[in-house]
Order: sequence, then C-alpha cells, then structure tokens
Amino acid sequence: MPDVPFWNREVETAGRSRLQQLQLQRLQGIIGWALQTPFYKRRLSQAGINSPDDVCDLQDLQRIPFTTKDDLRQNFPKGLLAVDMREVVRIHSSSGTTGIPTVIYFTRDDIDNWTDLLARSIAGTGATTDDVFQNMMSYGLFTGGLGLHYGAERVGMTVIPIGGGNTKRQIQTMKDFQTTVVHITPSYLLHVHSRLGEDGIFRKDLALRKAFIGAEPHSENTRRKIQDLLQIDAYNSYGLSELNGPGVAFECVCKKDMHVWEDAYIAEVIDPKTGDVLKDGQEGELVLTNLVRRAMPMLRYRTRDLAFLHPEGCDCGRTHRRLSRILGRTDDMLIINGVNVFPYQIEEKIMKIPEVATNYQIHIDKKGALDRLTVKVEIYPKLFLGDVAVLEALRNKIRENLQASITIAPVIELHEPGSLPVFEGKAKRVVDERPKD
Amino acid sequence: MRIKQISVFLENRQGRLYDVCSLLGSNDINIRALTIAETESFGVLRIVVDKSDAAIKLLRDNQFVANFTDVIAIEVPDQPGGLASILKVLAENNVNIEYMYGFVEKFSDKALLVMRFEDTDFAQKMLAKQNVHVVAEKDIQGL
Repeated sequence: MPDVPFWNREVETAGRSRLQQLQLQRLQGIIGWALQTPFYKRRLSQAGINSPDDVCDLQDLQRIPFTTKDDLRQNFPKGLLAVDMREVVRIHSSSGTTGIPTVIYFTRDDIDNWTDLLARSIAGTGATTDDVFQNMMSYGLFTGGLGLHYGAERVGMTVIPIGGGNTKRQIQTMKDFQTTVVHITPSYLLHVHSRLGEDGIFRKDLALRKAFIGAEPHSENTRRKIQDLLQIDAYNSYGLSELNGPGVAFECVCKKDMHVWEDAYIAEVIDPKTGDVLKDGQEGELVLTNLVRRAMPMLRYRTRDLAFLHPEGCDCGRTHRRLSRILGRTDDMLIINGVNVFPYQIEEKIMKIPEVATNYQIHIDKKGALDRLTVKVEIYPKLFLGDVAVLEALRNKIRENLQASITIAPVIELHEPGSLPVFEGKAKRVVDERPKD
Repeated sequence: MRIKQISVFLENRQGRLYDVCSLLGSNDINIRALTIAETESFGVLRIVVDKSDAAIKLLRDNQFVANFTDVIAIEVPDQPGGLASILKVLAENNVNIEYMYGFVEKFSDKALLVMRFEDTDFAQKMLAKQNVHVVAEKDIQGL
C-alpha cells in the first residue's frame, strides 16, 4: 500500500452518515437556488417541491424528475441560470446535438469549489508542488483544459498551459521543462509515445512519472499499455461539462476506479428504461446531481454514460464511493479523440449542402494511436461539371462546415451516387472499426 | 470548333476505371483521347470518344456520374517547338489553359491536343487568328 495523500482528509474520509448529512444540507441549498430558475421552478413544483423544506431526506431526491441534455437545449441560453449575470464569472460550453450548444455558468464561488475538487483529485494521485504539470488538453470552451489548470495551480504544481496538439512541441516541452505529470486523452498519449525519438528525444530524456487520462473511455488494457510503454502511473478521470467538467470522479493512488466526490455530487445509477434507482454494483445509467454550483444548479442529470458504483470501500481509506470505467452509452454519442460527437450533428450539416445527396456514412478507425473520422458522402450528379477544383472545394466546404459543428476536422470522401449502403436508422450509418480491447 | 469531352467522376474504388472502359468497349464506343485528374480521394476521367451522345447516355444509364465539358482539339506541328509556338499565341493574349492532354493517335503528320480553357470562345478566336487548325467534332468521330 503506497502512502495515501489527502487534500482534505476530513471530508475525504468522512463517515457515511456525515456525508449524507452534508449531502442533504447541500441538496436543500441547491434546490433553493434551482427554484430561482424558470425551468426548475416549473419542474419542481410539478413534483410538489416549492421550497427547500419540501425535501426532508435524501430519499426525497427520487421525487425530483430527471434533467436531460434536451432540457438544457430547450432552455438555452438562460432557462437554468439561477443568478444575475453580474455574478457569473465564467461560461463553458459544449457543442450541441442539433446546433444549439450546451452552456454552463459559474459564479466565482462555483469556480472556487470546482477548483478545489480538482486540487483534491490531483493531490490524491500523489502529485505535489514538486511536479511540473503539462496540460495537454484543449483550453477554451471545453472544460478539460481550464479545469485541471486551476486545480493544478491550487496544488502548487508548475503548470505549463500548452493545450492540445502539436506533438513535436509537446515532446520538446516535456524535455525542456522536465515535465513530470501530463493531462491528456489516452489515445493522444499513445500517439505521443509513438513519436518519441523522432527529434532525438527519447524516454530517457524525459522526467514523466504520471498521467491523468480522461475525456474518452478506455479499458484497463489501455491503461496498462500506457503504463508499460512509458513507465508511468496513469490515473483515470471522469467528468462532463454539465456537471462542471473534470473533477466529478478521479482515481486515487490505488488506481482501482474513480472516487466520486460525494460531498459535491450525488451519484445514482438507474435503469435507463424504467428510471428505477439500482443498487451499488449494478450497471446502469449514471445520474448526477451537482450540490455546489449555484449559478446553474443541475438536479438528477442523466449522463447517458453506463457504469456502476462499487459497493465496497477503497484501500486508501476514502469513504466516497468509486465509479467504474464508463462501459458504454445509452445514446449514439461517439467519442473521437476525446471529443463528443453525435451522428445527428454530422447529418444536419450534410443535409444543408445541396451538392451532395442525402445518403452518407460515418466511418471511424484508428490511424496509429489516434482516432480518424471519415465522412463519406455521395455527390449529386446534376451538379457535377467535370471540374476537379470544384469537387475539391466541395470537400473543403463540407469539412469546414462539419468542423464548425463538431470541432474536429473529418476526412471527407466523395462517392458515386448509390454506392453507399442505404440504411433506415441513423445509428447504422456509423461504422466504428476501432479495436475494442 | 468545340468538341464534347466526357468527364466521369470516379470514386476511389478498385476497378472503377476498368468498369468505364469495358462498358464503352462492349458497346462499340472508341476512346480517342483520355486523361485522369486524380486527387487523394477521387478521380475525374476525361475522355473524347467517337460517339459522344451515345456514350454519355450509356454511362448515365449505368449510374456513372458523367457530364459534357466543352474543349477544343487542335493540331500541333509534330516537331520541336511545335507546341511552344501555339502556347506563345495563347500566352500573349492572356488565354488561360485549365488543362490539356494529348491524343492517342496521330490525325495526320501533326500531333493532336485537347485543351480546356477558362474562356473557350476567346481561345478559339485567338487560335483561328494564328491559323492553328482546330479539329471539328465530325473529324473526331471519323478517326
């Protein structure tokens, strides 16, 4: 058993009843804030909850209807905002399934609370002020970059806010500043490993010892591969922008799945068909309630992620239950190099381009360690005039339109009409040839 | 005089060029000139055939994406500098060539070239001024 580092030992090892007491108290508080929003005022009153006092114990949580991504979309942009905009200090956003993005608001206190959860997550892996932290996740509207950045600063690590991409520069930076910890998607980390040695920089020239890997589901085998190839410890991380971003659940030094920070979130696992709450150990859809975000309360949010909660405790002594790896999705969302993509987003853009027919196919495979997204479309015969430049311009136009929506640039393949298989449902238009390990 | 080139969209799939050629061949259509513009993901086959109307109907009936493109075929003296003398005329008159390719066989003692211009009418006028022989559609059909 390695030394167990804590950020806030009292909270992290609080007994079950103490944790539940805290949860109830905070749930009542957040319901008070939720009632300030047009959306939840309506939703909660339908459930007979018109004041925080209407929730007397944690069982009452089950009276609250679920919140879905569709609710967020329909109430875009401010239907779930609980405070005056003058109190909002930050907005994050993720691309929406139908062109309407999901927007998340933070007050100064919300950012502070989120930062503290990330500091706790980071410190729990044993990272300290001795570490140099290269944050290789995208910054910007995506929560992964800024979230870990703030948390690492709070821990006192030396933070290099390099952001995503540019592998040569990443490797050079790892060498120049003797980076010890990286935050990165597992597929990109494997890609970086495959490029080591190209510019005369080898593993022995680097000081790497830990990686926080997240934003895409991965198997225990992938973690082992990363650990073996790079001789580091890799820690799984879970979060989603609707619930702040990373820092919802994180692995401790035991590396046996991720502690959900239960003082800040209530985690439930439900049967996705019936909505019934399942017992610990049973696999189902993860539902999360954010207990500490005032600007935008989120009650019983259906994550669409399939997972289970471990019934037994952890060797580290933390009492917060552990969340399994993400085992799948209840919708058709794809995760491509850490970016969430819904097939509908692609379809919507393609249908708006007159030069292509309505049939299309989404193809995903691996190019080296990275995912490659190829969108195959059929050209519309009447608009073909024999000009190569026109067709190339069409490919660029489709690529740019898709990139604007899904943020990653796909490969566009033009096909002859009638050459792509015709399917009834959109899910079948997706061909995912990434190896399942 | 313009002639009709047929442009065929070819997706990046094995045997697709063979499909076009065998379809034309088995229907007694002769390819007089041919070139392929290729990109990383698709190609455009450009052909001049002896029976262009029949060929395009045949291709479309067989689900190929095909269209006519106006081009000009010219005779070029088959000697060193032959092409240069014609290109000089075009360059001096600011006529842009989009692409060009040679014929499969000789029409006479001169070489034959297919040229595609941004402005076909203007190019034709300039070539006529310099007495460059522009090949007619019926000449192609008789080849």
